[in-house]
Amino acid sequence: MVTKPLTKNIDMSRPPLDIAAYEASDGYQSVKAIADGLTPDNVMQIVKDSGLKGRGGAGFPTGLKWSFVPRGDSAPKQKYFVVNADEMEPGTFKDRLLMEGDPHLLIEGMIIGAYTIQASTAYIFLRGEYKVSEKALKNAIAEAYERGYLGKNIQGTGFDLDIILHTSAGRYICGEETALLNALEGKRANPRAKPPFPQVSGLWGKPTIVNNVETICNLPGILTYGVDWYHGLTKGNDHGTKLFGISGKVKTPGCWELPLGLPIRQLIEEYGGGMRDGLELRAFLPGGGSTDFMLPEHLDLKLDYDEIAKAGSRLATGTMILLDNETCPVGMVGNLMKFFSHESCGFCTPCRDGLPWVDEIFNEFESGCGTDKDLQILHEHVEYLGPGRTFCALAPGATAPLGSGLKYFADDFDRHIKEKRCPYRH
Amino acid sequence: MQASVIASTATQARKLSAEEIKEIEHEMQLYPDKQAVGLEALKIVQKYQGWVSDESLLGISKLLDIPVSDLESVATFFNLVYRQPVGRNVILFCNSVSCWIMGSESMRSHINGKLDIDFGGTTENGDFTFLPVPCLGDCDHAPVMMVGDDLHRNLTEEKIDEIFSEYKSKE
Ligand SMILES: Cc1cc2nc3c(=O)[nH]c(=O)nc-3n(C[C@H](O)[C@H](O)[C@H](O)COP(=O)(O)O)c2cc1C
Ligand code: SF4
Ligand code: FES
Repeated sequence: MVTKPLTKNIDMSRPPLDIAAYEASDGYQSVKAIADGLTPDNVMQIVKDSGLKGRGGAGFPTGLKWSFVPRGDSAPKQKYFVVNADEMEPGTFKDRLLMEGDPHLLIEGMIIGAYTIQASTAYIFLRGEYKVSEKALKNAIAEAYERGYLGKNIQGTGFDLDIILHTSAGRYICGEETALLNALEGKRANPRAKPPFPQVSGLWGKPTIVNNVETICNLPGILTYGVDWYHGLTKGNDHGTKLFGISGKVKTPGCWELPLGLPIRQLIEEYGGGMRDGLELRAFLPGGGSTDFMLPEHLDLKLDYDEIAKAGSRLATGTMILLDNETCPVGMVGNLMKFFSHESCGFCTPCRDGLPWVDEIFNEFESGCGTDKDLQILHEHVEYLGPGRTFCALAPGATAPLGSGLKYFADDFDRHIKEKRCPYRH
Repeated sequence: MQASVIASTATQARKLSAEEIKEIEHEMQLYPDKQAVGLEALKIVQKYQGWVSDESLLGISKLLDIPVSDLESVATFFNLVYRQPVGRNVILFCNSVSCWIMGSESMRSHINGKLDIDFGGTTENGDFTFLPVPCLGDCDHAPVMMVGDDLHRNLTEEKIDEIFSEYKSKE
């Protein structure tokens, strides 16, 4: 039985499988099933039943998202399916693995998604720095056209699909789905007001689905091996496998495909090899730079969406960043704030003006000039930049490590003020 | 549409080369309108010219028939569109959190000492421009940086020395 549907073909010591080898590994079976009569409604139902949740950060149920796209004769003819491959959240390195390691899996998933919403054009919005992914995807797309999996009347299904690879030029905000649509349209990538939601009015005003790379890579397995198999992969309440990553000072950092519901401790100790000798785990961000810190006391929680939420954080991208006891927590939060400040799109005032102020205060702490007043301003910004105060989720994302960091590392902030220096510097 | 110049001293559009025009026209087939090709056009021009000058910006604006101010608002938005000349090799140095934990600051100082430039700088001989970049998605091999299109992982001082001498010897 297949237990690692996302990575079963991936071996980074060789080039990705070509189309023939991919087909031989149960690849493009779902397209054959479509040719044999599986309707878009059938696929929608299967994906809903699978319980697949989006892997781009928010964890929104994929089938439900798709069901908001207008269907039937009165629906607009032109619709778009868009892959969010702008991976840029600090500490996140999972989509790159999938695109470099098995590009055909993404293409097959795109065919499934586009067919379900009946989109005849699909874009991959790829981060500009991902040169290896770009090459792998270009090759795979060309192969797929050659074999009749893309283009007109795919495998005699009567369904047409073109895939266009768009490479961006480096801005985190382009990963926010409405900013991504503006970027694809050639506009400055500020987010858009919602509603209207992209499912109804997205790219060039047409119904559009935006899904994360990893979300889409789940689809071929679900269609080929079935919903029961998919549910059987799981240990907790959520379904399927997920890519989990660890960076920071563990013995063997990396990225692995594992069932959702695995205890955090097992991930860090068994896969990450535990902390390097002489170091202790101080805290961790469970799913990238815009999640709340968690503590060693949370290690027995399971890696699933609801359980992590109960501890006040988010599973989000599933790639953890570990803080050890010899690294300055204030410096770590400061580094994240510099990132968010730099990547603010500048559209709304709290984020555009607030984040640089926060960043500046962390510079003060770093140089030993931080004061109690500064600390108070940081606390205020957790509120000013929080959910509901800004136009998009970037600034609230920044408040996750900021707010939890202020709470968990209060002593460290105080020591910076009292000792007028970073106590972790020797 | 009349192209207007914003904060630019350029009055003459550079005549885009045949290759540039050919590649931009290819992109036009992939999108429903010309505005959508703006970023692609900027990147194509940058590929050939190394950066996007005011004159190039005007040239693209003419070719795509979009206001130069619109194009400029896109050009200045993206980290990887260079509106100033850069060196022959651009170093994109990850300054995000995992690399920071793994010691990127001391690697930055090493590069700084070796090339005598910090972020934003270009070496006097024009070999290298040194820029920070957010997380390169290779955090399990931190610290990392790109030089040109190549990713370099698990950086140490020795490794950085080696990398630079390779780029030197390539020329
Ligand atoms: C500032 C910001 C950056 C984001 N970056 C990404 C990204 O790089 N990749 C991604 O898939 N989703 C990103 N998202 C989430 C997307 O907006 C969107 O929720 C996701 O692409 C939906 O896909 P899914 O339903 O398959 O998870 C980002 C969100 C925000 C607010
Ligand atoms: S919160 Fe920040 S990134 Fe989002 S729209 Fe406002 S300024 Fe732009
Ligand atoms: S933080 Fe440097 S590659 Fe991710």
